[in-house]
Amino acid sequence: MATGSGALDTFPKYLLQNAKKFGTRPAMRHKDYGIWQTWTWLQMLDEVRSFSLGLKDLGVKRGDKVAVVGSNRPRLYWTFPAVQALGGVPIPVYADSVAEEMVYVLQHAEVRLAVVQDQEQVDKLLSIKDQLPNLEYIIYDWQRGMGDYDEPFLRDYGKLQEQGRSMMPGAEADWLADIGEGKGEDLSVMLYTSGTTGKPKGVMLSYDNLVISSKNANSFDSFDENDEIIAYLPLAWVGDHIFSYGQSMTAGYCVCCPESPDTVTENRHEIAPTYFFAPPRVFEGLLTQITVRMEDAGKWKQKMFHYFLDVANKVGERILNGDSVSFTERLKYTLGDFLVYGPLKNRLGMSRMKVGYTAGEAIGPEIFRFYRSIGLNLKQLYGQTEASVYITAQPDGEISADTVGTPSPDVEIDISDSGEVLYRSPGVFMGYYKNDEATAETKTKEGWVHTGDAGFLDSNGHLRIIDRAKDVGKLNNGSMFPPKYIENKLKFFPNIKEAVAIGNGRDYVAVMLNIDLQPVANWAERNNIAYGSYQELANHPQVYDMMAEHVDQVNADLASEERVAGAQIHRFLVLHKELDADDGELTRTMKVRRTLINERYDPLIEALYDGSSEKFVETEVVFEDGRKGSISATVQIREMAPHAPFAMKEAAE
Amino acid sequence: MNAHDSTLHAPGDGIANGAELLRVDNVTLRFGGVTAIEDISFDILKGEIRAIIGPNGAGKTSMLNVINGFYHPQEGTIRFRGDTRTKMKPYEAAASGIARTFQNVALFTGMSTLDNIMSGRSLKMNKNFITQMFYYGPARDEEIAHRRRVEEIIDFLEIAHIRRQPVGKLPYGLQKRVELGRALALEPDLLLLDEPMAGMNLEEKEDMSRFIVDVNQQFGTTIALIEHDMGVVMDLADRVVVLDYGKKIADGEPAEVQANQNVIDAYLGVPH
Repeated sequence: MATGSGALDTFPKYLLQNAKKFGTRPAMRHKDYGIWQTWTWLQMLDEVRSFSLGLKDLGVKRGDKVAVVGSNRPRLYWTFPAVQALGGVPIPVYADSVAEEMVYVLQHAEVRLAVVQDQEQVDKLLSIKDQLPNLEYIIYDWQRGMGDYDEPFLRDYGKLQEQGRSMMPGAEADWLADIGEGKGEDLSVMLYTSGTTGKPKGVMLSYDNLVISSKNANSFDSFDENDEIIAYLPLAWVGDHIFSYGQSMTAGYCVCCPESPDTVTENRHEIAPTYFFAPPRVFEGLLTQITVRMEDAGKWKQKMFHYFLDVANKVGERILNGDSVSFTERLKYTLGDFLVYGPLKNRLGMSRMKVGYTAGEAIGPEIFRFYRSIGLNLKQLYGQTEASVYITAQPDGEISADTVGTPSPDVEIDISDSGEVLYRSPGVFMGYYKNDEATAETKTKEGWVHTGDAGFLDSNGHLRIIDRAKDVGKLNNGSMFPPKYIENKLKFFPNIKEAVAIGNGRDYVAVMLNIDLQPVANWAERNNIAYGSYQELANHPQVYDMMAEHVDQVNADLASEERVAGAQIHRFLVLHKELDADDGELTRTMKVRRTLINERYDPLIEALYDGSSEKFVETEVVFEDGRKGSISATVQIREMAPHAPFAMKEAAE
Repeated sequence: MNAHDSTLHAPGDGIANGAELLRVDNVTLRFGGVTAIEDISFDILKGEIRAIIGPNGAGKTSMLNVINGFYHPQEGTIRFRGDTRTKMKPYEAAASGIARTFQNVALFTGMSTLDNIMSGRSLKMNKNFITQMFYYGPARDEEIAHRRRVEEIIDFLEIAHIRRQPVGKLPYGLQKRVELGRALALEPDLLLLDEPMAGMNLEEKEDMSRFIVDVNQQFGTTIALIEHDMGVVMDLADRVVVLDYGKKIADGEPAEVQANQNVIDAYLGVPH
């Protein structure tokens, strides 16, 4: 087989190589009909090739943009190399976007074809088809319910593959030649950033960007063909593209697709991946589940659990970091591993985990410590779509909860005068698609990229992130106001799911909270608190008491740090509805959209500052299918007494 | 879940191929002095979705019970696939290809979703008790074949995430789905659904509607359903029969029935 230029610089070339090198090793797994089905690299090559030939038969050519919409399914992952082999550019799109959100991306990218998961996505595209003049074909993976669709531009994925197979072996030489034409500097994929502000931007990443970043990451944590990962994060997110596609292709490891988005936890338990990535909220969620379940467990189990967690808390991290630990403590830890940590890791599907990463948001120190103490090598990394993920990562043995690590291989870091973090690396994106202005704003001529995050390098050369540079504000009295810093402190409490801090240009800081239904409902059940709905529970006086305790603790925390002592929370309220991406309040990656929330909840924010103790509001909500409704409630507001700042006390003495 | 709420299924869109599957002729059912069903006749065509509607106490559930052999009518005949039958036990009805779900969920609450749906396959299992006791050999092969079918149903109804959970702990909407799964496991020719959407919220109703349409289209299963939600009936049904006080007052396509004065009177009441 000829691979053109010979250099391994594109993913289709890697696919050909993997099929030769790891032929009979697993490349991909998918749980279907209750059984894990496996494709070897050779079988995967066959699947990709037949689909690719099918696409070629439909007229896909170099430079064509192909949207990929759906959850983590093998056929959608195969679409990437199948399109790339022909010189096309895949554009994964967030599958849970509503039609209006999708229109913009598909229009902007001038998508010619869309490969989608199922009827739901087909319906979504059909509803906007007339606004997409470039869209010629829609290809669906799942036949279910597609029986009486007679639109001429719909194609069945499997049938297209059959078509491709029928063209073999005659078409193979041409196909290999197509792959050979691909070069490292070519556009490989376009990922639309969800964008906390404004319209999404199409980040163009070249093969060089992705291949080099993937290879660096593989050698940093020594991943090879023996590793296994579970793919469950959105295809459109750069992390998934690197972990489940880039790194798998370059290292040859196996990617496992869950049965459905609802079965990820169970499927992870079955696969026990060696490499696991999750945003902090997943680790938080898992810990919350464990805590809630332990509260319902028998007395002895609870005792054992807490005793050994204490042991782990004392020595676990030291053992993981390779520090010296006394013999008795080591013995206790080993016993604990047998009785508690082992079974716990097994339940979490982490018993084989070599490396786990978390990124995207700050992780609670307690949560981080918990996982590390039971012997899981959980680390933090800092990355961006524009950087092909990796900017910094924590090397083994140099772990702490409040840094994001040292610069990744080949990455240079610089801090601007205003405190903003800049980086330069081989992974730096080519530019934003059709948006030179934004490209110029973000990327300097010398190749430095503005992250938009404020941070500093500590004495060990580890990067610390404070907040989004543009979000750090000032109160009227001149104190610094870092909203995310406050919000994260609040969100570290399992009972608080989301928090929004307000204070820029105001007299004091106020927050709006979202309760986390699972632990709060469990707590309500144990305390005989009756409620009929989320709204009623959120507004319950005892829930407010609990929240007041949490807020008070955060205030005490803030008071002890000189720089942020002035940003203590004076008033708070608990929102009557969960912040939701469907209402545009969160991005698809679940980050708070500040400006939108400020507009939407303006009456509540005013009430936080006008001294009133309650406020009636009506809020519009959008259902998953795009229809609208509204909910109304009277929201209580609580006053908090701030703590005296430590630093000031000392200064007074 | 589904972005399409209108034109789920156009009434009379030609799915029914016209051949008669079941025919009820002049059926009368009495409980002592109370006449629950009086002289009712209608037919169900192969491949259609047939709705039976009517106010409370109209005799809808009794009608289903007559069809699947739970009640024996005093007068009249029922012809299923061309065979006229007089008395039939429910399990005979099941064996002949009639499956049903109940108005109040009737599942084995202590058993898992998987086991509940598997139980729907028991009629299809041919190996005897002794063979099954030894498990290895023919009984295992049979079990694997049936499990495959059950997994297809689980996949179809999107309940993989609750495969191993005891159904008693599941929310109501999911229990209804499991019950539908068990009925489907029988691979019925005629599926009787007794208020499949009772007590559900809008989203659950839409999901269930989609499953019903998909069952009808994908498996070609003929469906007779009782439903109160008029919107659902109008969307789903090919034809509707309306009962009131045990009598048939209308029969036809949804739009026709909706415009029928008798039906309007029955639902809204008329001054006597």
